[in-house]
Amino acid sequence: MKKKFFWRILLITVTTILSVVFSLPSTRLFSSMPELWKKYMPDEGMVLGLDLQGGVHLVFEVEGDKAVDITTERIVTRLKDIFEKEGLKAEVKKDNLDIIIQPSGDSDKIKKAVVDNYPNLNLVEGVEERLIYRLTDREINVIKDSSVDQALETIRNRIDQFGVREPTIHKQSTNEIVVQLPGVKDTRRAIDLVGKTAILEFKLPDDENPLAAQLPALISSGEEEKLLQEFASKIPEDDEILFGRDVDKETGRVIKRVYLIKKQTLMTGDLLTEASVNIDTMYNEPYVAISFNAAGAKLFDQITAANVQRRLAIILDNNVYSAPVIKERISGGSAQIEGRFSMEEAKDLAIVLRSGSLMAPLKMLQNVTVGPSLGRDSIEAGIKAGIIGAILVIVFMMVYYRLSGVIADLALVLNIILLVGALSMFKATLTLPGIAGIILAIGMAVDSNVLMFERIRDEIRAGKTPRSAVDSGYSKAFWTIFDSHVTTLITAVVLFQFGTGPIKGFAVTLSLGVAINLFTALVGTKTVFDFINTKREIKKLSI
Amino acid sequence: MLELIKNTNINFLGKKYIAFIFSGILSIIGIIAIVQIATGKANLGIDFAGGTAVQLKFEKPVSLHEVRKVLEDGGLKDIDLQDLPAVNKILIRVKKTEHQLGQISDAIINVISQKLPDNKYSVDSTTLIGPKVGGKLRADAAKAVAVAVVGILIYVAFRFQFKFGVGATIATFHDVLAVLGIFYLMGRETNLILVTALLTIAGYSLTDTVVVFDRIRENLRKRHKEPVEAVMNASINEVLSRTIITSFTVLLTSIALFFFGGEVIHDFALAMIMGVVIGTYSSIFIASPIVLLWGGKRPFGNK
Repeated sequence: MKKKFFWRILLITVTTILSVVFSLPSTRLFSSMPELWKKYMPDEGMVLGLDLQGGVHLVFEVEGDKAVDITTERIVTRLKDIFEKEGLKAEVKKDNLDIIIQPSGDSDKIKKAVVDNYPNLNLVEGVEERLIYRLTDREINVIKDSSVDQALETIRNRIDQFGVREPTIHKQSTNEIVVQLPGVKDTRRAIDLVGKTAILEFKLPDDENPLAAQLPALISSGEEEKLLQEFASKIPEDDEILFGRDVDKETGRVIKRVYLIKKQTLMTGDLLTEASVNIDTMYNEPYVAISFNAAGAKLFDQITAANVQRRLAIILDNNVYSAPVIKERISGGSAQIEGRFSMEEAKDLAIVLRSGSLMAPLKMLQNVTVGPSLGRDSIEAGIKAGIIGAILVIVFMMVYYRLSGVIADLALVLNIILLVGALSMFKATLTLPGIAGIILAIGMAVDSNVLMFERIRDEIRAGKTPRSAVDSGYSKAFWTIFDSHVTTLITAVVLFQFGTGPIKGFAVTLSLGVAINLFTALVGTKTVFDFINTKREIKKLSI
Repeated sequence: MLELIKNTNINFLGKKYIAFIFSGILSIIGIIAIVQIATGKANLGIDFAGGTAVQLKFEKPVSLHEVRKVLEDGGLKDIDLQDLPAVNKILIRVKKTEHQLGQISDAIINVISQKLPDNKYSVDSTTLIGPKVGGKLRADAAKAVAVAVVGILIYVAFRFQFKFGVGATIATFHDVLAVLGIFYLMGRETNLILVTALLTIAGYSLTDTVVVFDRIRENLRKRHKEPVEAVMNASINEVLSRTIITSFTVLLTSIALFFFGGEVIHDFALAMIMGVVIGTYSSIFIASPIVLLWGGKRPFGNK
């Protein structure tokens, strides 16, 4: 008999001590522990969910279709170059995902040139004077998949450079990316940084076109659509109207500069090696200095040499940042982007340029932002509700079951310690619904004891001695307790499976609470009763 | 010993038809609520309907009327306002998402900053949910409820007998429908938090049902010569006090959550309070009578 106790008491003591050790980092007490303790004992506890510590939860959809479209467009541009170089005469056009080639000479040579350069293109329709090519389905899938992986990688890179503590960035279903940034204060800046496609392009403004003179130089922000509609019929086929953001120096209002730009892309940001923020000494404004790799430097040299005294537009995601006049040929392989930036904007631009552009644009599906004050209020309210709830239950149990109620209360306290310990050990994420789960678990924790006590009372009424009443009460109540807990566990598991972030937190605390409750009731309380009974035969049970 | 309920001898099963009428009405309201939710006519939360929600915390008291006027003057339509006057907070919701996500919340914040410059505020939270996500969350929630109920049915049928499984499942469904129906009648929002509460209620209301069933099973074995109905009635009376006490302790913590747990968890706590009360009622008045009706008055087999 003694030996049986020893093991049970040892088990309870060890789990309790372990729980306390693991719980410490989750509490304020940890910071006042001695250094040696901090060094060798667990130093990580529960993680606060976004709803409690504030932050952003974003879900983006990677628009893979657009990546396919962009790739097709690039192939069209490259094919034009190739045909020109090889002296082949053909018109190349893009229609959705179709590449339409209309050869005016030898179509076999054209076909060969296409196959040699792009084996991934399928000839879907091939009459002599009109060839239609399309990317193979396999290639399309590869592009879509890699656009998601590349977006994931690029976003990680950007967030790293932005500096967020413990971000979570992962793929969800096939084409969605979840980004969680805890503790971020300037949420809009973070969203801009993550969501930017960041395609950097150098293009020429079509200043010679008479339309350029007809367009207003500046418009108010918000009037872009109106302007585009007004001039829709007049824009030449090879040109487009783009806008650049500017600030009116006198009023401080945001205005838009209007540009007529040739569609042809002279150069993109792919060839960039470095981007950093510098300060313009004359205007005391930040700008972003970029440098190219060898191939980029050569190309930039050619472009600038061919267009001296013309303007060159620097365009990011179809926004014109600046369009300075090329004063002379630039051969050093560096350039600068000006655009009336604030220091932060310049820094973020440098980050997105360094980490590269996304293959496909992102579409925001979900954005949940919680300010830090709401989270703090929630924690305080949750703790308050928990303490009040626990006190109500503890007092009720003491009044109703007297000494046995006190034992149940001890089991309840043990239950809370073990629950917090387990959550800390698993480094579980604590959310507001999670706190609610803990509080509910407090209410359910005494249920098992109530079921046992009532059963013991039954046995006493039936005339049994306290010791045998306790024994048979326990064994008879066991399956009832087990069954009733399993049903709660089933729903908790379902919640975990189907729930999103905060709900998962609830499912975790509730299911752990229920499981621990089985332990404290069936091992904990029982041991105390047995212990009292072995000391001396009790005449009357305080229940 | 202190006993609140002593040696009762209430004919619970005799009142089954009154209970059925009462519960039938509750369930019908619940079914109406489900239809209204499915057709989008009920008060759906942003997480299910898609849209934008912005919660602002002002430094000084602010009237709903004032905020509404300011927003409407600013060209924002279809807005839905809710206030928490005790803490100077206002929740602004826009359900329609014709605009790109993000634009509406920016517009709201711009208008408030310009038109109410004297009352400083901080943004407590913003939530933007695209229509696609809303649809997915709705489908997931429906799936979760279905899977949970089927899981419970299987477990109870496995541990007891099929007819007990049916009784427990109908009672559980009844509890979920009743809480959903009452929430609908109160005009409260149906959102993810409510679904979480409903699933918790489904799991918990079974605790009481299992306690009652357990005793019925035990007594049916011991007193197999007596009429089933009498044994059932006696069993319910025997376990009445523990059924009520176990629910009472959870009720205590739910009430603490309701009053002190903060605004975010308020509706969750309210649903739990209702669910615990209704769950206790149903395990006494609904679950057992259904087992009786389903199983007939013949002596039950030994299992």
